[in-house]
Amino acid sequence: MLGRLWARVIAQSRPGLCSPVMGKMVEWRRQYPAAERKKFYQNVSISQGEGGFEINLDRRKLKTPQGKLFTVPSEALAIAVATEWDSQKDTLQFFTMHLTTLCNTALDNPTQRTKEQLIRAALKYLDTDTVCYRVEEPPGLVELQRSEWDPVIKWIENRYNVVIGTSTNILGPNIPKESKQVFEQHLSSYNSWALVGLEYVTHQLKSVVLSLNLIDRNLNVEKAVLLSRLEEQYQIEFWGNVEWAHDYDLYELRSRTAAGTLFVHLCSESSTVKHKLLQD
Amino acid sequence: MAAARLLRGILKELRLRSGPGPGATSRGPGAPIPAYRQSAAYKYITEQFRRHQVTSEKLCRAQHELYHQASTYMCLLQSVRQHLALHQEYHSKGERSSHEVAQLVGLKLPQQPGGKGWEK
Repeated sequence: MLGRLWARVIAQSRPGLCSPVMGKMVEWRRQYPAAERKKFYQNVSISQGEGGFEINLDRRKLKTPQGKLFTVPSEALAIAVATEWDSQKDTLQFFTMHLTTLCNTALDNPTQRTKEQLIRAALKYLDTDTVCYRVEEPPGLVELQRSEWDPVIKWIENRYNVVIGTSTNILGPNIPKESKQVFEQHLSSYNSWALVGLEYVTHQLKSVVLSLNLIDRNLNVEKAVLLSRLEEQYQIEFWGNVEWAHDYDLYELRSRTAAGTLFVHLCSESSTVKHKLLQD
Repeated sequence: MAAARLLRGILKELRLRSGPGPGATSRGPGAPIPAYRQSAAYKYITEQFRRHQVTSEKLCRAQHELYHQASTYMCLLQSVRQHLALHQEYHSKGERSSHEVAQLVGLKLPQQPGGKGWEK
């Protein structure tokens, strides 16, 4: 039971950590206890330090799993993380604290990935992008894929002036090199924190097209997740829904995608207030 | 208005997160403010919605961005709550002991007076 819980904590809370490097895994095991942790604090608050905003659990400052001080650049992100910690009941359910996980990954960078590595990891999904893989039968699903997925591909192609295309064979779509370069250039305009979030969203949705649609605010989270699970949805409507599997996966995917999207937006925005004079 | 509905949705999620309260539908004038209303998240969200309410532009891009962000946050709160509820209902009970499993089909485990080999 503890072994399962432990595997789940590693696999679900730290997606970037499932590397075959055993040494790193052992290090994690020492720092991240597998047993259930009780809630050891009453009040959660945020405060501003030199590096950014910090989270206070009672009198103690929150630290990352590697022991660094937990600081985030954005106040809204700090409040959201504090809310995650505040809403824990008697035991800490780390697998529900997606924003905390993302911040920890960005702060610790346990697999030591550079910006280029993150961009390459995210764009790797383009060759096997979900929305570019089309089936040839049953006709209902073919039509559904055409009507739901074609518009999002068109939107990306128009916005970034690229060619993507679709494919029905097993090798997938043939993405021209120029398109990949355009995406590489676009992604390098994000800072490394936002890239952590972006790669996470792409990994969850298994599609670069959908994640860019979501980040660029053409889709909302529910719609993006629906499009990512289009075939599954189709089969559910045909064969029936199994709550403890389908709904469970759906809500988990939604929460991870929403957390990733929010993370990207909060790490890359700078809000300015422009007061306009009322003219009458 | 869609924004008002979104605000109400987010605040309801925050209220649900803080757990079941005293349960009184009407509070007297001297009643203490519930904890969730004093939380940083509640204050921040209400302040943000109030601040960005007024804009003279019809197709305000920033307003659309904020709306998207707010609806993303509401989706996050909602889906985490639903995921946790399903987890606790289906996946958190652990395994039954062999004694209980036997009882499920109406059998009893055999008694061994000397104990099993590996038991003390």
